[in-house]
Amino acid sequence: MLGSIDSIETFGLVDGPGIRTVVFLSGCKLRCKYCHNPETWKMGKLNMTAEELAKKIIRNKPYFKRNSGGVTFSGGEPLLQSDFIIQVCKILKKEEIHIALDTAGVGNGNYEELLSYIDLVLLDIKHVTRDGYLELTGRTIDEFLEFLEICKKMNKKIWIRQVIVPGVMDNDSYITKLAALVKTIPNVERIDFLPYHKLGDSKYVKLGIENPYLNKEAMNQEKCSLLYQEFLKKIKDFS
Amino acid sequence: MKEAWRGFVEGTWKREVDVRDFIQKNYNNYDGDESFLSNISPKTKVIWDKCSQLLKEELKNHVLDIDVDHMSGINNFEAGYIDKDNEVIVGLQTDAPLKRIVNPYGGIRMVYQELDAYGYKLNSDVLKYFNEFRKTHNQGVFDAYTGDIRKARHVGLLTGLPDAYGRGRIIGDYRRIALYGIDFLMESKKDEWDNKLIGPLTEELIHLREDVSMQYRALDDIKKMASKYGFDISKPAVNAKEAIQWTYFGYLAAIKENNGAAMSLGRVDAFFDIYIKRDIEEGTLNEEDAQELIDQFVIKLRIARHLRTPEYDELFSGDPTWVTCSIGGIGEDGRSLVTKTSYRILHTLTNLDPAPEPNLTILWSDKLPESFKKYCASMSIKTDAIQYENDEIMRPIYGDDYAIACCVSAMRVGKDMQFFGARCNLAKALLYSINGGIDEVKGDKVIDGFEIMDDEVLDYDKVKASYFKMLERVAEIYANAMNVIHYMHDKYAYEAGQMALHDTDVHRFMAYGVAGLSVVADSLSAIKYAKVKPIRGENKVTTGFDIEGDFPKYGNDDDRVDNIAKEILDKIYKELASHKPYRDAEPTLSVLTITSNVVYGSKTGATPDGRLAGVPFAPGANPMHERDCSGALASLNSVAKLDYASCCRDGISNTFSIVPSTLGATDEERIDNLVSVLDGYFIQGAHHLNVNVLNREMLIDAMENPDKYPLLTIRVSGYAVRFNRLTRKQQEEVIARTFHSKM
Repeated sequence: MLGSIDSIETFGLVDGPGIRTVVFLSGCKLRCKYCHNPETWKMGKLNMTAEELAKKIIRNKPYFKRNSGGVTFSGGEPLLQSDFIIQVCKILKKEEIHIALDTAGVGNGNYEELLSYIDLVLLDIKHVTRDGYLELTGRTIDEFLEFLEICKKMNKKIWIRQVIVPGVMDNDSYITKLAALVKTIPNVERIDFLPYHKLGDSKYVKLGIENPYLNKEAMNQEKCSLLYQEFLKKIKDFS
Repeated sequence: MKEAWRGFVEGTWKREVDVRDFIQKNYNNYDGDESFLSNISPKTKVIWDKCSQLLKEELKNHVLDIDVDHMSGINNFEAGYIDKDNEVIVGLQTDAPLKRIVNPYGGIRMVYQELDAYGYKLNSDVLKYFNEFRKTHNQGVFDAYTGDIRKARHVGLLTGLPDAYGRGRIIGDYRRIALYGIDFLMESKKDEWDNKLIGPLTEELIHLREDVSMQYRALDDIKKMASKYGFDISKPAVNAKEAIQWTYFGYLAAIKENNGAAMSLGRVDAFFDIYIKRDIEEGTLNEEDAQELIDQFVIKLRIARHLRTPEYDELFSGDPTWVTCSIGGIGEDGRSLVTKTSYRILHTLTNLDPAPEPNLTILWSDKLPESFKKYCASMSIKTDAIQYENDEIMRPIYGDDYAIACCVSAMRVGKDMQFFGARCNLAKALLYSINGGIDEVKGDKVIDGFEIMDDEVLDYDKVKASYFKMLERVAEIYANAMNVIHYMHDKYAYEAGQMALHDTDVHRFMAYGVAGLSVVADSLSAIKYAKVKPIRGENKVTTGFDIEGDFPKYGNDDDRVDNIAKEILDKIYKELASHKPYRDAEPTLSVLTITSNVVYGSKTGATPDGRLAGVPFAPGANPMHERDCSGALASLNSVAKLDYASCCRDGISNTFSIVPSTLGATDEERIDNLVSVLDGYFIQGAHHLNVNVLNREMLIDAMENPDKYPLLTIRVSGYAVRFNRLTRKQQEEVIARTFHSKM
């Protein structure tokens, strides 16, 4: 079986625990205004077999031993190639490799089988309100909520990731709603706020795609940290 | 001996010289963390402040002072001090700190150049008598060199050969003086000379008898030299202070007598620890005293100097001395050899400043205690002053009492020595195989028997066949040069003091080396997988190459090209090993350039991989700059494929630079991740890694504003160096290297 791989980073240290091989799969249904990987939107050529990809990942196994290092399937949206990833996971599990899935939860359905192989879900929360989600991504929030329900039901271990865009999420009302949502998820191990940055801008120019956030400023990192502290307080208040 | 050896566990070490046996029977491994360490003592602070001031002055003129009245020798200088009252470990090369020795035995012409460069003149008597009565190593070499060797040297096919300076890379077992005292060692040598080295006096045996006589006298000189400092080292050391002092006298003798490129220290951590622990248990020493001894010992190692020419500096930049100090490792019985003194030595990077010397080398194993691994990683991240070498692949060959000489050369301490051989230029040899043996820069015919390849597009099989034939010729010339050099070095510049601290039936390595591996691997890959058209100048010699299409590049964990690199190394090693070496040495090979990759590059024309004429090679076994673009691990994995045990037993050097933020968000994460990288890399059988954790922007700033970063230390290729002591060209090359960072 073939998959469409945009690129592979062998030394990922921010997408899950330990040292990780990060596989960026092509294709995504969302068109998030802050996306910094617009090159992965389109489904590319089918360019790698499951066996080939597994072999490349296993090559880095010596580095995974400590701190639960392993592979992270990212994208694009890996859920668009679930069947392919399942084939890869079957091989990886024989090697006892830790598998993380970096997803926004918007794919082609039938997630249970894939999730049964996944040790950790890096769940990208785009926006917590119905209107905000549509405005930011161009799609309704329903598919995300459906995926979240399945994760909850399967009690998957989750790291939440929230990009903070100035003027959109950097306000009390937003983080209150976010805290409320997070409280409903049973197995959250970690929550990261990722300040919106401008490093993806040049890609829009290169690809000739209009950049909806061309004039948007980067999120101030200190402000983002303060916001995070506020958020943690709210989480506590809920409990 | 009774008092000196009180409390030590019995072993064969008591009957014959066997330091390893002594260590194994007596050391205590330490699995704890660094929390026991002491700060710098008031005395050490005084000494180090004085040295720092002197080092600053030295930096201004490059040398602080030169002794032009005395020549190199174990006992040719009066005692010298930094600050006698505060020095707990004493002994300087000359009568003043940082005052350099003139060593004329390698070559007197080199001495003139050295002195000229700094405005000094040799004492006229010395000048007269030396020239009248003494022949040098350099003169001997040129009396025997063939025309082929001279040509290969002239064009830079062979570079850095030790034919006009000391060969170095010999480690005396300096610990023997502490454990046994000089008299015991002299008696052992005399006994061998009287009773064992007899029989039909062949050339070989005559040579050995002469060697041992010289060793015997050198031991006596070491004793006399120590007595100038008020110490009687005829008997063994009775406590830690004496053990460290006696050992240092051995090393000091070596650097008074010799000016080899690399004058390495060996492996002292577990050895010293035995004495320190005994003193602490007897209540005569506390932790602060112990650290003071180690700090002051290390200060002495830091201010060792040799007189070099400006050309030499261009080759090996930053005044390196390679006082390589091997630390840690695992014993053959599976116990860790990490002791509290392993920590104490690394702690000098905190108590004194980060500094390039001694060249701290961790003998890494995934089986090292976890807290020691983390401590090493944290010190690497803080100082960029540490290198790592794989104990798991060296121990099966060298046992558990080996040490590293220079950058990556392993040898059993006191049992092995090597004939250092610098390196040959693999990339130039490739151009010769395309250009009919004509040098692409100088235009001279260097190698006969090859036709100019005038194909419009280069054919892989044809180029490879021609290249492999060329490597046979290069190996022949190189092997001949090495035999001449080491024959003459033994004859005119024998390291009697260092060899006295070896077993008499020493095992010898003939240490060949190569430069330009990644350039050649990528070039052959380009010829094989892309379309490479030579651009030719007037004499049909290539001036550049047109490359159409992409090709796999070494450093991306791609077997198609990585296997080419392996194949080249196998071929050159096999060819070198087919020649009969001087004194039945065992041929070995290193992939190491130190900083000479810059000079090699400047002497080499454009290559088929797209590298332009004059552009530096990648150092050692590194992938070419910025061509390893599949992430840090893929780059490491490519280098890890090169074969140590059956091909490159003299070492495979890799220098790895990573941006701090890429290594992790917090200190704790960075430490953990660096340990993971080291474990992962070495578990695959890789040999060596220099680790730099720094930003390119900082280096650019340091190049423009050196005063802002007086202590900035970085690992280059097999050694560490103060960034401000590199030549501008070398700084630029370091900055051009791949810095692994997030995409």
